[in-house]
Amino acid sequence: MSHVLLKVQGLAAAVAGIEILRGIDLTVRSGEVHALMGPNGSGKSTLAKVLAGHPAYTVTRGQALFDGQDLFAMQPEERARAGLFLGFQYPVEVPGVTNSTFLRMAYNTMQSARGGEELDPLEFDDFVQAKLEMVGMDPTLLERSVNDGFSGGEKKRNEVLQMALLEPRLAILDELDSGLDIDALRIVARGVNRLRGADRAIVLVTHYQRLLNDIIPDYVHVIDDGRIIKTGGKELALELESRGYDWVSEEFRARQAA
Amino acid sequence: MSGAVLQHLVNQPYKHGFVTQIEADVVPKGLNEDVIRLISAKKNEPQWLLDFRLQAYRHWLTMQAPTWPNVKYPKIDFQDIIYYAAPKPKAKLGSMDEVDPELRRTFEKLGVPLHEQKALAGVAVDVIFDSVSVTTTYKQRLAEVGVIFCSFSEAVRDHPELVRRYLGTVVPHTDNFYAALNSAVFSDGSFCYIPKGVRCPMELSTYFRINTQESGQFERTLIVAEEGGYVSYLEGCTAPKFDTNQLHAAVVELVALDNAQIKYSTVQNWYAGDANGVGGIYNFVTKRGLCKGANSKISWTQVETGSAITWKYPSCVLLGDNSVGEFYSVALTNHHQQADTGTKMVHIGRDTRSTIVSKGISAGQSNNSYRGLVKIGPKADNARNYSQCDSLLIGERCGANTFPYIQVHNNTAKVEHEASTSKIGEDQLFYFAQRGIGAEQAVSTIINGFCRDVFTQLPMEFAVEATKLLGLKLEGSVG
Repeated sequence: MSHVLLKVQGLAAAVAGIEILRGIDLTVRSGEVHALMGPNGSGKSTLAKVLAGHPAYTVTRGQALFDGQDLFAMQPEERARAGLFLGFQYPVEVPGVTNSTFLRMAYNTMQSARGGEELDPLEFDDFVQAKLEMVGMDPTLLERSVNDGFSGGEKKRNEVLQMALLEPRLAILDELDSGLDIDALRIVARGVNRLRGADRAIVLVTHYQRLLNDIIPDYVHVIDDGRIIKTGGKELALELESRGYDWVSEEFRARQAA
Repeated sequence: MSGAVLQHLVNQPYKHGFVTQIEADVVPKGLNEDVIRLISAKKNEPQWLLDFRLQAYRHWLTMQAPTWPNVKYPKIDFQDIIYYAAPKPKAKLGSMDEVDPELRRTFEKLGVPLHEQKALAGVAVDVIFDSVSVTTTYKQRLAEVGVIFCSFSEAVRDHPELVRRYLGTVVPHTDNFYAALNSAVFSDGSFCYIPKGVRCPMELSTYFRINTQESGQFERTLIVAEEGGYVSYLEGCTAPKFDTNQLHAAVVELVALDNAQIKYSTVQNWYAGDANGVGGIYNFVTKRGLCKGANSKISWTQVETGSAITWKYPSCVLLGDNSVGEFYSVALTNHHQQADTGTKMVHIGRDTRSTIVSKGISAGQSNNSYRGLVKIGPKADNARNYSQCDSLLIGERCGANTFPYIQVHNNTAKVEHEASTSKIGEDQLFYFAQRGIGAEQAVSTIINGFCRDVFTQLPMEFAVEATKLLGLKLEGSVG
């Protein structure tokens, strides 16, 4: 059995005093791809943000180990440097800061954390150009302000580009497919597939099954009301697509009652 | 991360707040004609200059302090201020090495070298301590190309005809309350004259230091560039920490003749008061440039980080046809600082152009206002103006305002105004953090990005200084 990268046990978390996660258990091993699915408001994006350490959320119960370390004892930037990457559902705009400057700063921070070599602007430019093609990103976006005025598709490509640059051990991609048309989705998915590897795990948070045609998961989890209520293989996604979520909830309630 | 980190980032102690123990020649507090005569006598001034002062003083008595700026402060008691304070010279200065060692140490501490061999490469420095100029470096080398760079007092003594020709021609004593006060009591300052066709071979710089607790500083700067002349000039300012407010009311006049260019940069770091708003400098300054000749150009770049209250509008009067005015400004306020700053671009000649780029950064409980006038006169055919005013807020309790005034009296004019307000928020900091970048680096990156259009206008070594200064000022403020 391969290395356990993330182990979440009994996790509950709240935002503004309202409990959103109500006891999550999840184990992710290196090399695996997991899909987290569920209706709107089920808590799947919240789980992504809580794991990355968004300051608006408070962990009220449970624990998470990342590579054996207590994740919740680490600052958000420490989690990132340890190799936890969050691809944002709504990437943040940073007017005035050039994308290439931002990308290089992130890359060098990560390199320094890993004891690797930092790159100067010229070296970095060569390095990043090679990665652009992987996500089909227009090179002029490097010279624009971070995500500023980017289309929805451009923002998502920029997220996957960052994943390609930072080479995380665990990438949580939050609603990678939202705001993308079919062609853009294929390109972005192809980029993610090329980043799959034995040393890396990926967690896809998604509302729709269509992303999972392009990035085929090993496990599919259904989240509802802040809990994982069903786990299955890739075929579960297809079943959800045709039957909706209600039957899973009913099954879960029946099990709870029994 | 949120509030606390931002707060921590901005609360960096002021590094220039020490007092130099040096004996000072001080005129007793208060203002009347006798004080003015005494200042004039101490400086051995000619009669015409005393007359200029007295005329200004009598006019000042008829004026009221302006109340329209968007700043709040208790009424100033003008009889409770020392109008003249000078370090007592041990002996007449023959060379740089004879500068009082205590003073020399002060400026070394501040990073202003008075020894030419140690000086910043290619920068001549005039140093003003309280009311008088202490020394000017590289005078000899400048004289070889005909550039005059000296203290205002020396200029009055050695080049009275030049001073008399231009003094008060750009900012007349009737201009405003503080300009009138300055005209009456100014003690020293810098004078710079670039002769016809000369490109000044080095950056010129004046360093201002207020040391005496109850003294005001009223310096006067006059820069004249003759036809085809070029000069880049920089001023820097610091003051010790006192828990009382000190008044700084300077006047700067620039005159550019045909095809001449003056580039004037300021990095202002007067003591801003403490975190509770006690103490700090009232910086009430009148700065104006006259593009008198055709194709002349005056460019103001300012980085304003200090002072309890900043109240200044470096302006350009574009009289010559095809002349150009520029204003690039970064104004940062933190704690209880208040700034009401901007510019005036007055287009009189044909085909005149002006550019305004203003970046206001507010943190803490500070209040930062941009106020700008663009005026296109009836004869200013094809005048162009582009203004961009951006505000950046850090935290929840600060404020930013923009007051643009646009007056157009010629229908061939084109005037553009763009404004934006943004905020360094939790989500931006989280985005940086998720990429491994800590809050301090994130904030300084965002701020440097925000100020880039202005910093690129500064001479290289000062751009670096300004970047560092903003970082220091904001340390502890992210939150």
